[in-house]
Amino acid sequence: MNKLPVTLTVNGREYNLKVDGNERLLDTLRQRLGLTGTKEGCGVGECGACSVILDGNLVNSCMVLTGQCTGARVETVEGLGTAAKLHPLQQAFIDYNAVQCGFCTPGMLMAAKALLDKNPHPSEAEIRQGLSGVLCRCTGYKQIVDAVNAAAGEEG
Amino acid sequence: MDTVNKPARRVDALGKVLGESKYGADLKFDGMLYGKVLYTPYSHARILSIDTRSAAKLPGVEAVLTAADVPGLHTFGTVVPNQQVLAKEVVRYLGDGVAIVAATSPALAEKALALIKVEYKELATIFDPEEALAEGAPVLHDDSPGNIAAHHVLEKGEVEKGFAASDIILEREYKTQLVEHAYIEPEAAVVVPDPGRKGITVYGSIQNPFSCRKALSRMLGLKLNEVRVIQSFMGGSFGGKDEVMSAQCARAAMLALKTGRPVKMVNTREESLREGYKRHPYKLKYKVGVTREGKLMAMKIYIIADAGAYTAQTPFVTWRSVVQATGPYEVPHVRTDVYGAHTNNCYTSAFRGFGSPQIIFAQESLMDELAGELGMEPLELRRLNGYHQGSVTATGQTLDSHQVSLSEVVDKAVERSDYLRKFKEYANQKGRFRKGIGLACSFRGCSLGAEGVDATGAMVSVQYDGSVYVFAGLAENGQGLQTIFSQIAAEELGINVERVRFMETDTANIPDGGPTVASRSTIMGGNAVRIAAAKVRETLLGAVLGKLKASTEELAWGKDRIWVKEDPSRSISFEDAINEACSQGELLTELGWYKAPKVSWDDSHGQGNAYFTYVYGCQIAEVEVDTETGYTRVLKITAAHDVGRAINPETVRGQIYGGVAQGLGYALLEEVQQHEGEIKSKNFDEYLIPGIKDMPEIEAIIVENPDSYGPYGAKTIGEPTLEMTAPAIASAVAQATGRRVRQLPLDLERVLLGRSLQQDRYKRREGGC
Repeated sequence: MNKLPVTLTVNGREYNLKVDGNERLLDTLRQRLGLTGTKEGCGVGECGACSVILDGNLVNSCMVLTGQCTGARVETVEGLGTAAKLHPLQQAFIDYNAVQCGFCTPGMLMAAKALLDKNPHPSEAEIRQGLSGVLCRCTGYKQIVDAVNAAAGEEG
Repeated sequence: MDTVNKPARRVDALGKVLGESKYGADLKFDGMLYGKVLYTPYSHARILSIDTRSAAKLPGVEAVLTAADVPGLHTFGTVVPNQQVLAKEVVRYLGDGVAIVAATSPALAEKALALIKVEYKELATIFDPEEALAEGAPVLHDDSPGNIAAHHVLEKGEVEKGFAASDIILEREYKTQLVEHAYIEPEAAVVVPDPGRKGITVYGSIQNPFSCRKALSRMLGLKLNEVRVIQSFMGGSFGGKDEVMSAQCARAAMLALKTGRPVKMVNTREESLREGYKRHPYKLKYKVGVTREGKLMAMKIYIIADAGAYTAQTPFVTWRSVVQATGPYEVPHVRTDVYGAHTNNCYTSAFRGFGSPQIIFAQESLMDELAGELGMEPLELRRLNGYHQGSVTATGQTLDSHQVSLSEVVDKAVERSDYLRKFKEYANQKGRFRKGIGLACSFRGCSLGAEGVDATGAMVSVQYDGSVYVFAGLAENGQGLQTIFSQIAAEELGINVERVRFMETDTANIPDGGPTVASRSTIMGGNAVRIAAAKVRETLLGAVLGKLKASTEELAWGKDRIWVKEDPSRSISFEDAINEACSQGELLTELGWYKAPKVSWDDSHGQGNAYFTYVYGCQIAEVEVDTETGYTRVLKITAAHDVGRAINPETVRGQIYGGVAQGLGYALLEEVQQHEGEIKSKNFDEYLIPGIKDMPEIEAIIVENPDSYGPYGAKTIGEPTLEMTAPAIASAVAQATGRRVRQLPLDLERVLLGRSLQQDRYKRREGGC
């Protein structure tokens, strides 16, 4: 199969790749770049565990082909913050007990970041709308909403 | 208390928010191969032949194995070992695997599966559990005549006498559905052959590492010390990653042993839904007798649970049902029969609640219906019959060794939800959108009860720089166990919780302490941690007696210090105390082992002290129903739970919110569509779980009546949180619409028409439309 040349930026670092036409962005991140923070839960764009930010927009990385990403700017959970300098959303998720099993957490964080990047002071309804593409089975979402709300307040 | 009963940050949160925590599918090893399973296309068939030759010839395929290659026994199971790692002669449901492949990529493994040729002879199938128990039904297992996977009886008093003394007798039938755990992380495991010696190391999303180890040892013909299971981070489990993980790990292990290379197996969501076990659907027939004044006299209960193809935990799940089927109410005369029936459906086993959500849906719906018949308010009927201190349960157990707090949790939920006012307000409504409020309560036995041996261990190891390890046989599944155990260790040692590092559960490092089930972690494992940490503390106190010139009884500890109670200026830091102990050659590592208090059970009559303690809860749901579409919007859930003592109030709330969300899904959205054994809900586009916009306001009320057996009085919270949400919603819907739905879930069709059209659709489709 012919490989497609792709140049894309992930968390600020540029990569020059040659990928198969059917390679999903999710696989590129997880297998090729070793960025396993982005999770696969369903493979059909329903659960949002694989949510990343692509050119400023939240996408399910299982539904995006890497071959289409030339010139794109991708943000994943690994680019959000570090242990020494957590992103306010990460800190709020810890402080508000918004994490249980943690499998949806990276997707939730990226959905929240995509939301706050566009709308720094969302209402609760807007937070719920912004996170509605990510499923969580543990938390009942309440502490996640509280965390995003708190992080938004802090950034403002 | 410095640490317990206070909020503490989850000790596992940092790695999770950074995306650094490694789950099963994230692991990678040099030379790793990828395994895949070939499933049967028939629900019940005899395997005539399997030809793996062309698959094996495919370049990059390193092994193709079948049941003939299983090194040990090809079956496993906690109660009756009839589940197959790979089907040997007969397949019994569409999730049975018949062959496995290891290849250099998952795509190549898939390709190889398509080349395996299997010849089957179809056998007669049975999909209806009632028909499965009838005479002449095809039998799935030779050692389970009549397809009986379980049968529990309970007899208290004389039920016919009770009916004779009743003024009103009501008979009702309820049904609950097949439900999927829907953990967001599909099953994943990696098995690595031990270099230079016989044995394997197993990593993955394994809820119960010791159950997994036992199953693997049996199937692989390895000693227990040759199978090391190390739990990876778990992307949710809720009871769901037990048997299915034993099967996956055993298959990966077969391939790893055959090839000498690490083998990874990760299920797609479709495979997970096809193979993974689910919550038992129940059919429940209740007959209840009551006096005109509303006093319950008799209850006769007949339940059939669909066990599916294999026994798994069905005998235990249905046992909890038989113990709790009459609810938290005094009933002098009871007869209960609970059957688990084998069918060619997907097998069913543990799922948060474990046989309680089904019976609570029935018994709480029944109480409301009975109240209607009596012209009483549902709350009044419950107050009249509800358990109080010294009540005798259906199993003949006198509830006098713990605080029976049913009325307290009910009162608190009623007050905070403004139930009484709203119940009156919503009684007579007109118009398209109508509101309703419903109440449900429960009692729940903590831990395993008379189900089996109940003991567990933990190890606390203090290092000479003042840092501390905690190891436990029970495992973190996302519920917060690591944090709770760390808090308990810190409390007992009198130190900051930041000093504690909780190590992942590893079967090589700690004794088998049973499974992480039955909401037993805090009450059982918490006690084990407390015992271990207290032993180390006693050593430390003993080591500093000379320095502080005091006896043990005169010492106090906390905030990283030990001091003399009467003269706090005579004190020593935690580090200095450790130095003292080390210089005296003392051991600062201890194992704590906790055995549950005695319980009893007479199987022939279903009588005994089933559990050593119980928890009580009450949930109230407020809904608005669109009477033109059947759409039900939940406006608020008020949930009051007696937890004994909240070790960490924030994680308790997290459990309540999450349990209520699963209960809401059970009530309104979730049903695995299964037609003639085929799972029709193949992914999350067809199996709907509550999303963030489905969730209403939840008010969590923590009630604390410390229990004499629990660590610091703590009991249980994981499972009770979801078990009464559905009946509360069902009763709220019944008030809003004036019509009771007796079958879950209350989807649009059932709320609007009183029945689901789904099965009709399958029939029509088969008819060629």
